[in-house]
Amino acid sequence: MNITNLFTNYEEAVAMILFGIGFSNLLLQKNLIKKIIGLNIMDTAMYLFLALKGYVAGRKAPIVTNGIQDVEAYINPIPSGLVLTGIVVSVSVTALMLSLTIRLYRRYHSLDLDEISTRLKKEGL
Amino acid sequence: MQFVQNFPFMSIILSLFSGPLSSIVGGKAAKRINLAVISIIGLMSAAVLAFTIRSGDSYVYTMGHFPAPWGNEIRVGIMEALMALIFCIIMLLCMLGGVYERERELEESKQNLYYVMVNLLLCSLLALIYTNDLFTAYVFVEINTISACGLIMIKQNGRTIEAATRYMIMSLLGSGLLLLGICFLYDLTGHLLMSNIREQVRILRAAGTYHIPLLISLGLMSVGLAIKSALFPFHSWLPDAYGYSTLSSAAILSSLVSKGYIFLLAKIFFRVIGFDMVWDSKVVNVLFVFGVAGMIMGSVSAIRENNIRRMIAYSSVAQIGYIYMGFGLGTTAGVIASIYHIVSHAATKSLLFVAASGITDVSGDSTDFFDMTGAGYRNKLAGAAFTVGSLSMVGMPMFSGFISKLLFAQAAMESTHKMLPTLIALAISTILNAIYFMKTVIRLYTPEKRVVLKKKNFRTIAMTEQPSKSIALVCFIILNLLLGLSSEPVIALFRSGLGMFS
Repeated sequence: MNITNLFTNYEEAVAMILFGIGFSNLLLQKNLIKKIIGLNIMDTAMYLFLALKGYVAGRKAPIVTNGIQDVEAYINPIPSGLVLTGIVVSVSVTALMLSLTIRLYRRYHSLDLDEISTRLKKEGL
Repeated sequence: MQFVQNFPFMSIILSLFSGPLSSIVGGKAAKRINLAVISIIGLMSAAVLAFTIRSGDSYVYTMGHFPAPWGNEIRVGIMEALMALIFCIIMLLCMLGGVYERERELEESKQNLYYVMVNLLLCSLLALIYTNDLFTAYVFVEINTISACGLIMIKQNGRTIEAATRYMIMSLLGSGLLLLGICFLYDLTGHLLMSNIREQVRILRAAGTYHIPLLISLGLMSVGLAIKSALFPFHSWLPDAYGYSTLSSAAILSSLVSKGYIFLLAKIFFRVIGFDMVWDSKVVNVLFVFGVAGMIMGSVSAIRENNIRRMIAYSSVAQIGYIYMGFGLGTTAGVIASIYHIVSHAATKSLLFVAASGITDVSGDSTDFFDMTGAGYRNKLAGAAFTVGSLSMVGMPMFSGFISKLLFAQAAMESTHKMLPTLIALAISTILNAIYFMKTVIRLYTPEKRVVLKKKNFRTIAMTEQPSKSIALVCFIILNLLLGLSSEPVIALFRSGLGMFS
């Protein structure tokens, strides 16, 4: 346990802080749009973390053009693939959340989830 | 390689492609495609189950024939095949039971979209059951969430949209944590295939390095999946989502969707991390505490509820608590009890939802508790089915709920520290279950005055009036009795399946 590790791996620390910011926004914000922004920050933090894990200074993507076959010259491409998959997933859930928000706003003219809940209870539907 | 070994892959692909196909055909055709697909997949799973029982071992199916550390894999043993079979049976019965509600409650132009969601849901459940790759599991967890959200909100009113939004928010928090856990694990081990991660974890453990990151990753994955499957403090979205969506959605969501996540968690415990490591890490104790709390609090909320659908939904919270308590016991017997309870709860809860809709049909579509007086006489089959479901939930012998309670109690005996709390929680929870379920059953069989019946214009439904719902109810009752009366072979299959798991 050494605090200096935190500074040598500051990129990962940043990713985790961003994850925390996004997570707490998604959980605690009342405004639906701010919640969605939180969701995107959370997902992006994850991609930052994965991209960092896939990056090795001085190496290239494993596309052999100049005849160099040495393993040491290339990075592992899987984390980048995971980032792409993750982006697709987060785009679709963001779209779904936004469409739900539009539906709710058209019905109740509010973006505050708690206010919508109280009005639903009053309607007694 | 025998032909039958292709069936798990084929069933995933079949349900995946039937989704888009349903979107371009009409509602009636989509319904037929959906029923056919579920039946075919059920038959294929039965064939796979027979094959795995005969061969006595699990097998690995490499996708695209790339060898182990690079390619994607499906791994099939007795447990996976049996789960797929049971999920298919229950989904088929849920779809049959909710035919009338779907025709009545969904817009004409959206009928076929419902089947798109159901097919995709089945696909993602099968993939969660069969896959041997953690990241594939994550992607299908998200597909599962999205299609479940569609199932909730397809019946358009304020309540369902709000419930779907809350469901999405909780689910996204859960899948965020799950993804972070998977990323940590990938970072530590360098693999995504479950069996390869297991080897690396064993090496790391033997070397005594990276203990804390492994622990954090395990904790993140457990909490993420616990949030997604509505373990007690994270259940706020559940009563609305189950209480106001259309009948098949509520039945499928409560009996299958949350169970898929729990099955994935069992897989992570046994195949990815290794149960000895999970046991040492004390994560199970946290699950145990929340499971016990859920058992009590879910039932307390159910007692205070006057809406029958929401009452059944709160009872789900309690039952999910049982399942996590079984994991929390930290013994193989506890896990087998949990997995048996997954099946028993799936069979009972969908029965209760379908029966409750039969009851509200004869009570002027009111879900209020007092309008149900004497409904057991107005719709005899639904009344009988609700009684069976209630007795099973309370844990009467002969029904499936009794066997799972017995298994939990037996498993608790093996663990010295957790024996007393488990037994006390089981006893309290049984009493609480009895209070609200028996209260409803008694209300169902209390005769209502003729004058009131005439004034409120309640009608009577005969068994033949809604044949598909009657068939579904009868099948559910038979399934429940089968699980309750001849539980031994099922438990033996689970036991050997769990042996093949790791």
